[in-house]
Amino acid sequence: MSKEVILQAENLSRYFGGVKAVDGVSFSLRRNEVLGVIGPNGSGKTTLANLLTGFVKPSKGKVIFEGQDITGLPPYKVADRGIARSFQMVKPFYQLPAFKNLNVALLSPRVRRLAGGRYGDRDAVAKDLLEEVGFERDSWVISHQAASLPHGYLKRLELAKCMALQPEVIVLDELFSGLSLAEVASLVPVIEKLVHQGKTLVMIEHRLKELFRIADRVLVLNFGQKIAEGEPAQVMEDPQVKGAYLGSEAEE
Amino acid sequence: MAQRKERIDRGIKVRSDDVFVLTSWREMLYLAAPRVVPVVALFVLGLVAGPYWERVLISTCMFALLAISWDLLNSAGMVSLGQALFFGVGAYIAGTLNHYLGLPPGLTIPIATVGGGVLCTLALLPVLRLRGIYFAMVTLILPMMIERVIEATKIFGGTEGISGLTTLGNPHLEFWLAAVVVFVALFGFRRMIGSDYGLLLKGINDNDRAVMSAGMNIYQYKAQALFMASSVGAFAGAFMTHAYQFVGMPVFALDYSMIPIASVAVGGMGTLAGPMLGSFILVPMSELLRGLGGLRVVIYAVILVVFTVGLPEGIFHYLSRKYNQFERWVGVER
Repeated sequence: MSKEVILQAENLSRYFGGVKAVDGVSFSLRRNEVLGVIGPNGSGKTTLANLLTGFVKPSKGKVIFEGQDITGLPPYKVADRGIARSFQMVKPFYQLPAFKNLNVALLSPRVRRLAGGRYGDRDAVAKDLLEEVGFERDSWVISHQAASLPHGYLKRLELAKCMALQPEVIVLDELFSGLSLAEVASLVPVIEKLVHQGKTLVMIEHRLKELFRIADRVLVLNFGQKIAEGEPAQVMEDPQVKGAYLGSEAEE
Repeated sequence: MAQRKERIDRGIKVRSDDVFVLTSWREMLYLAAPRVVPVVALFVLGLVAGPYWERVLISTCMFALLAISWDLLNSAGMVSLGQALFFGVGAYIAGTLNHYLGLPPGLTIPIATVGGGVLCTLALLPVLRLRGIYFAMVTLILPMMIERVIEATKIFGGTEGISGLTTLGNPHLEFWLAAVVVFVALFGFRRMIGSDYGLLLKGINDNDRAVMSAGMNIYQYKAQALFMASSVGAFAGAFMTHAYQFVGMPVFALDYSMIPIASVAVGGMGTLAGPMLGSFILVPMSELLRGLGGLRVVIYAVILVVFTVGLPEGIFHYLSRKYNQFERWVGVER
């Protein structure tokens, strides 16, 4: 594995008043790698996703994407360069039918550029993408108003929205949360296929078992700091990680 | 022969979702009627109305434009409590150009439309980042602020305003122009909302963060929507200035902000046609109640409450649903 580094965080920090949400986190991500980000609640995982995608500006540190400094760029420019993200709190475009939700991304300058200035039949592309993430084609669900979709479909929709942008890197913020075991099991192959297509993924997860099936490497956050990084099995043996998750034993 | 009921729109919807494949005059009539009937109705009303009601219809059209402008802004996620800003800025641009430079209405109205749109957009540009109630508060305050500035500095005639402005000439011409503009705005913007551009605006309204993460500069789209909406409002202001031959501080009054919102509440949000329908109910009704003197506002308020409680979705949504459910008898072969 000697592929080029595609995304790099250098000493990334974000302070909200006195709270160090993310504190001096550095890592580098190679192309086509899957990085899992885990940690207890409030350890700064979502803030890290916001920092990488421009939704939150860092107090300190840098984000480097494909060799260029993208620190402080507004979210739409970050997305335009090829970092897509999903949101933990799923909020679809309620008024639109499910497949039209993807048209927003399909209308973006990035997709038009990649398609050589032409959009093509967006509705058809959107429906194909929805089928890929597990919507039944030709069912009513695909053209039903997004507001009335059940949670499982909304999560899939969220993933499809990322894919519609044809990104290089996808940051998935707790994609599996709130899904049943069966639903997660049906999404895992979709993600494996994305990896197979050469996408790079950052997956923030609480569902460790499923994550460890997919992730090449895991980064553990606690109180905003990186406490471990490495292969899943090896990381979970780390005493600090055990402490963060299970609570450390009282010192004697 | 046995018969059963069938919805008229079924055949149309089954054949296509977007592109209408029409097979009969009946279907064409079914689709055209809701568009043609209001247009014909308004022009006929204008022909039969006397001079007084023709004036009322003109001002109704202007309130309809303000309501359409409100709904357009709202569909891009911007709630305005200050339609009077757009109206007043347009009115003063037209009034001052006419009074000080002697420009005819044929020039002042277009200049006020575009210039008013530009000025209002620039004024609100810094607060485009604000959402919901925060944006609304700023729009509420701006017209009040301008009103006080005019009062304090006595510019543009101060509290007296500017009177004796040029009319458009013929009152019938005024009505026809107003009616044409209202329908052009209505059908034009409805078409726009139905297009991909409208899709993005709706997306911004639903979840602006998701639109940003799709690689779209939402401020650009919001500014464009703001320009369109404020231009429509500025046109209404400029038009009324010439219709009344007067411009003064009342153009920034709360009426011009509130009646459009009431029209949207009565007519139905998000359709553009609903707000227009709402204005055509509320404004003439307010004229009819004029004879009641002090009780006018009370009765007006009661009617408003009845409408909003009885039909919270708005009259237009209700009517269009009923129209879509319209059934006819068809023969069934056994």
